Amino acid sequence: MRYVDEYREPELIAKAAQEIRRLIDPQRHYRLMEVCGGHTHAIYRFGLKDLLPPNIELIHGPGCPVCVLPMGRIDDGLSMTEQPDVIFTAFGDMMRVPGTHGSPLEYKARGADVRIVYSPADALKLAQNNPDRHVMFFAIGFETTAPSTALTLMRARAQGIRNFSVFCNHVTIIPAIRAILDSPDMRLDAFIGPGHVSTVIGCRPYEWIARHEGKPIVVSGFEPLDMLESIVMLLRQLNDGRAEVENQYKRVVPWEGNRAALKAMAEVFQLRPYFEWRGMGFISQSALRLRDSYAEFDAERRFRIPGIRVTDPKAAQCGEVLKGVLKPAQCKLFGNECTPENPVGALMVSSEGSCAAYYNYEHRKAQLTSLTA
Amino acid sequence: MCLAIPGKIVEILAERENLALVEVSGVRRKIDVGLLDDDPAVAGDWVLIHVGFAMSKIGERDAADQMRVLAMLGEDEAAMQEIEGYGLGEYPPQPAGPRPSGSG
Repeated sequence: MRYVDEYREPELIAKAAQEIRRLIDPQRHYRLMEVCGGHTHAIYRFGLKDLLPPNIELIHGPGCPVCVLPMGRIDDGLSMTEQPDVIFTAFGDMMRVPGTHGSPLEYKARGADVRIVYSPADALKLAQNNPDRHVMFFAIGFETTAPSTALTLMRARAQGIRNFSVFCNHVTIIPAIRAILDSPDMRLDAFIGPGHVSTVIGCRPYEWIARHEGKPIVVSGFEPLDMLESIVMLLRQLNDGRAEVENQYKRVVPWEGNRAALKAMAEVFQLRPYFEWRGMGFISQSALRLRDSYAEFDAERRFRIPGIRVTDPKAAQCGEVLKGVLKPAQCKLFGNECTPENPVGALMVSSEGSCAAYYNYEHRKAQLTSLTA
Repeated sequence: MCLAIPGKIVEILAERENLALVEVSGVRRKIDVGLLDDDPAVAGDWVLIHVGFAMSKIGERDAADQMRVLAMLGEDEAAMQEIEGYGLGEYPPQPAGPRPSGSG
């Protein structure tokens, strides 16, 4: 309960925690998956596990875009740095993610023109400011980020910019949830639904999870009280034998999502027939590519992309951790060969990756305890 | 990655379609408000910003809450770094030289 005094409304937190204890069946084990990496980070940072009874298990889902990207796609993207006129741009999150021959940051150290941007619009601006160079934007992210890439491409076309392209790695959350539910070694009772993805897609796309899979799902905010309230809502559904989509994050998430954002995505992107996810294999219709009408901005069509497939290091168990089958600390490399300072797998790179979150809060706490014991 | 940063729309700018001046903890930057086309942003609105684009309108209280969540997650510095890093330009353009840090 290290952080409990930082909570804004400690009495409400205590009340929610008490309600959770009242609602649970002590004989039952509850497995709840938080889909979003932002929730994973918050759960560790706020020490939420300390507030929950031991028979509620939180399983970390696949909602960290950096973590689910297979190494081959990083290699493919970095292969474009061999073109002399190319400026490689990506979000800061990508910069330390290891490829076969190093991370984007290491490529930069070896002389490649690799630059951090904070927005796809900045990459486009860079292209405008460097007409004799070609600016490639390495796009990642779920539906939270994809509309911004889409709008940037619409602006690029409207402005007739010719020296800009996108290497598209945008993925979609629903097929990943489906793949997890189809996985035979995964048994889940309910889902804590992603907050910011849902501002774009709304709540309707989750209805099949309730209706056809019989699993409750509650779209949740990121404050400790939000997440505890969401767990209360899930437990009430489970106790009543209901399976519904509920929205705890109404103050930000409209039920119908953001129609302008969905329209921009539909204008620019189409679904890929299949896409490889790290540790989860190929998932059909789980990622976006540029439509033919935007072909001139598609890095995959403008450049010769090697199409590299890399198997993850055998000892690393990123896939099992990503699917929630293993806890981070159960991986053989965790804390030894693989640390946030020297990551082997992407789950250790991003603050939203469950390994980094676990390492930064739980593992360090345990180390401190053993040192002071 | 999933950072959503609360900011206040100061002005809708005329220099390009869907460009707005936004203020986050005293730092002013230009962002794109094109994703709010169904309910266009006006000066005074509070919005959640993600990778340089306003993604939804929120209430003023929710904006304060969201800033506190970022601080509690230890992400407030990263958020300010992101805002300061937006390359569409500062407003008004800043003279060269040291600038006050915006994380106040």
